[in-house]
Amino acid sequence: MNAIMLSRRKALCAGGALVISFATAGCSSSQTAAATGIGGDTKPKLRPDQLDSWIAVRKDGSVIGYFGKVDVGLGIQVAIAQIIADELDVKFSDVSVVMGDTATTVNQGGASGSTGLERGGVSVRNAAAQARTSLLMLAADKFGTTPDKLTVDNGVVTVAGNTGQSVSYGELIGGRYFDVTLDWNKKIGNELLVQGTAKPKDHADYKIVGKSVPRADIANKLFGAEVFNTDMRVPGMLHGRMVRPTVAGASVVKIHPESIASLPDVQIVHQGNLVGVVAPKEWTAVKAARMLKVDWSSPPPAFPHQADLYKAMQAAKPVGKGGPKAKGDPKAVMAASAKTIDATYLWPFQSHASMGPACTIVDVQPDHVTVWTGDQKPHYVRDGVAALLNMKPEQVHAIWLRGPGSYGRNDGGDSAMDAAVLSKAVGKPVRLQYMRADGTAWNPKGPASVHKVSAGIDANNNVVAYHYHSTAFSREDIASHPDDPTQSLAGQFMGMPVVSKAVFDVPGETYDFGAEHLNWDVVPALLDRASPLRTSHLRDPLGPQINFASECFMDELAYATNMDPVAFRVKYLNDKRGVAAIEAAAKAANWQPRTPKTGKPQGAVLKGRGIAFARRKDTRVAVIVDVEVDRHTGRVWPRHWFVAHDCGLVVNPDALKLVIEGNILHATSRALLEEVKFNPHMVTSVDWLSYPILDIKDAPETINITLLNHPDDMPRGAGEPSSRPVASAIANAVFDATGVRFRQAPLTKDRVKAALI
Amino acid sequence: MGKHVTLNVDGQSHELDLADPTTPLLYLLRDELGLNNPHFGCGLSQCGACTVHVNGTPMRSCVLPAAAADGATITTLAGIGTAEHPHPVQQAFIDEQAFFCGYCMNGWVMTAVALVKEKPRATDAEIREAFSGLKCRCGSHMSIIRAVKRLTEAA
Repeated sequence: MNAIMLSRRKALCAGGALVISFATAGCSSSQTAAATGIGGDTKPKLRPDQLDSWIAVRKDGSVIGYFGKVDVGLGIQVAIAQIIADELDVKFSDVSVVMGDTATTVNQGGASGSTGLERGGVSVRNAAAQARTSLLMLAADKFGTTPDKLTVDNGVVTVAGNTGQSVSYGELIGGRYFDVTLDWNKKIGNELLVQGTAKPKDHADYKIVGKSVPRADIANKLFGAEVFNTDMRVPGMLHGRMVRPTVAGASVVKIHPESIASLPDVQIVHQGNLVGVVAPKEWTAVKAARMLKVDWSSPPPAFPHQADLYKAMQAAKPVGKGGPKAKGDPKAVMAASAKTIDATYLWPFQSHASMGPACTIVDVQPDHVTVWTGDQKPHYVRDGVAALLNMKPEQVHAIWLRGPGSYGRNDGGDSAMDAAVLSKAVGKPVRLQYMRADGTAWNPKGPASVHKVSAGIDANNNVVAYHYHSTAFSREDIASHPDDPTQSLAGQFMGMPVVSKAVFDVPGETYDFGAEHLNWDVVPALLDRASPLRTSHLRDPLGPQINFASECFMDELAYATNMDPVAFRVKYLNDKRGVAAIEAAAKAANWQPRTPKTGKPQGAVLKGRGIAFARRKDTRVAVIVDVEVDRHTGRVWPRHWFVAHDCGLVVNPDALKLVIEGNILHATSRALLEEVKFNPHMVTSVDWLSYPILDIKDAPETINITLLNHPDDMPRGAGEPSSRPVASAIANAVFDATGVRFRQAPLTKDRVKAALI
Repeated sequence: MGKHVTLNVDGQSHELDLADPTTPLLYLLRDELGLNNPHFGCGLSQCGACTVHVNGTPMRSCVLPAAAADGATITTLAGIGTAEHPHPVQQAFIDEQAFFCGYCMNGWVMTAVALVKEKPRATDAEIREAFSGLKCRCGSHMSIIRAVKRLTEAA
């Protein structure tokens, strides 16, 4: 394998014709291996098609992987390091991973859609494979042999059968650069793909991939040694806080600076309807934001009464339609069916409500901007800040530091834009940390939705037609990337044009009922500008709500056709791996065929068991849950979970199990408790009392996880997929316990209690 | 009016002049003493991310005026152990690989330290009771309970 691609510069150097003019560009090294053309003293410009944008080898032989995604708390850097270590044949402990720094990593889309390994890891693997091949070529040149005669162990290359002839990676290239070009599909973000001519290893040769390597950052955090973005301090930095309208849609009428005259050195930043304060002391900024008197206009109510939300949505004229996943003529089949059933399911607005409200430090200099961000998409933060300030992306350096778990487009992107406005206005670096209400009430929300589902059943109790329709707010009323100021609170408060996309989705599971029609309508946002109810991506965007309707309806269909819910799914699901997941969960739970409860439930605590299945792209998850329902308090306690999870090749089993646990817990919180509250004027869920989440007393007792490993497949998305079937399984189990169908999420104590009285 | 306060934080004595005596202890620890934990989570005593021990008792530093802590002995997460000499609670959490983002960690760990001291053989119900009210958004609850049980079941 000698067909390595050379960069143009290297090719020219090798040819000799332009050596002088390129000498300062880094191909003059006497150490450069003439025969291979690999190696240089200057790092090539950061581009996806440069191997040096992905892998570096230090003089001591340690390896740096440059990853253009980031860790949102699930430990993906460990899996990435495992992949690199395996491909390069170095020790895991010799690999470190740099994430999300726009000066040293390419835009791989940040944390997005559980694509960390499925997309991001592929390019890393290809680059690491190419690096190994390049190193072997250097070694072969050194020993006057060919790469196929070489072996590598722990970063030391040895001529096969001659242990005397060996050289370490550090000696071969340490501290210098590969200067090797990769094939790049010319895309950025999640779709970015690079590959060299080297073929990555076969799964049978993995030694570190597949092992449960622990995370180093856990210990660092436990000793207080890990730096979060909130911990960044920049010399001369001031503290900022924002002042939001008290009524959604209100405009600034008048600001009263005298209201904060007692506070020292506070600057008020006011542009359009964006209002913020900046002060040298953080507590002063907090107080100033609270005390600053602003007269806001009194716009007409932006929102319906909460109780009327779903009615209002169904009465609204759609701004977008889509989906249609269609087969046959379900309408006609249904009309001719022996019987039909239908049901309507409701899902509320939900908040990211990250543990820490977003924090960004921005230092706007005349020709250069530095951003310290904890956002999950730092490259898009760079692009957004650049656009906001009318600068080029190259003039903005975004440095990613660990932030609180973000679960999608939380308040991180908005805080970067706000901080940029503040820093530019005061001419100093500004650390803006949002307050709790900014993170709970003002962050983009997961969209509310109404799902109408119906089916036709023939005389032999076969389901023969299926119809699924969602009426919903868009998943991208605000874009999922924070790269466009018009999609930020700052931009919208300052009067930038409003651009919104109408996007929703249909169920991802592939049941085959013959005739089907799955589609959606997106209705307009309740308030088109700077709305605290603007919608965007929240963990497994749309997954839990769409699945809540479809998988609860599968349960309803099973009982309507006198079938057990597991047997029903196995019968109709046209997906071998999906069926395998369902059967694995059923086996783990020792599932016994179930029939619907009859009669009024007796006893204080009612017990039940439910199943739900989810497919998210190429990942399948089946969950079975045992719940206990307290008939008097309405408390639903999902006590035991059985999860079967197929995400292709498992890179790190223990870490994956933890990630699944976390998603089960987060999704349980959403299923049982989370509903953004609002009145006609404002969102009223502003903190942990008004937006409660799962308490540890309600955490399950056990979560049994079966990993269905497919080493012959690539790693598929993990994490979000296990959020998807949780609400459905709980509602199905509650039906099993009580005989009552709950078709509105969340299944709060009040709702359950009211239905059981 | 300004106020002079003396604090012992993680074994070190500090003399500080507070220009604004209403400043919560959290901001003093972070901004004046440069500590990277505890964290600001809510500023409302609702989540626990800012928890420190004040004279041995877990307290929410986001609502405790620094002036009220004058003369107190404060212990933060960084003060309970080191990588070389970890506190058993720290070791148990490492062994369980507890937490995801870890932003909420201060509340759970500082509460766990107090719990295992007070009730070294705490039951499952007692562990849940002790932690109730603390928030973790990533859903680390199972690994947190497992970590504490490593200690309480061994005691």
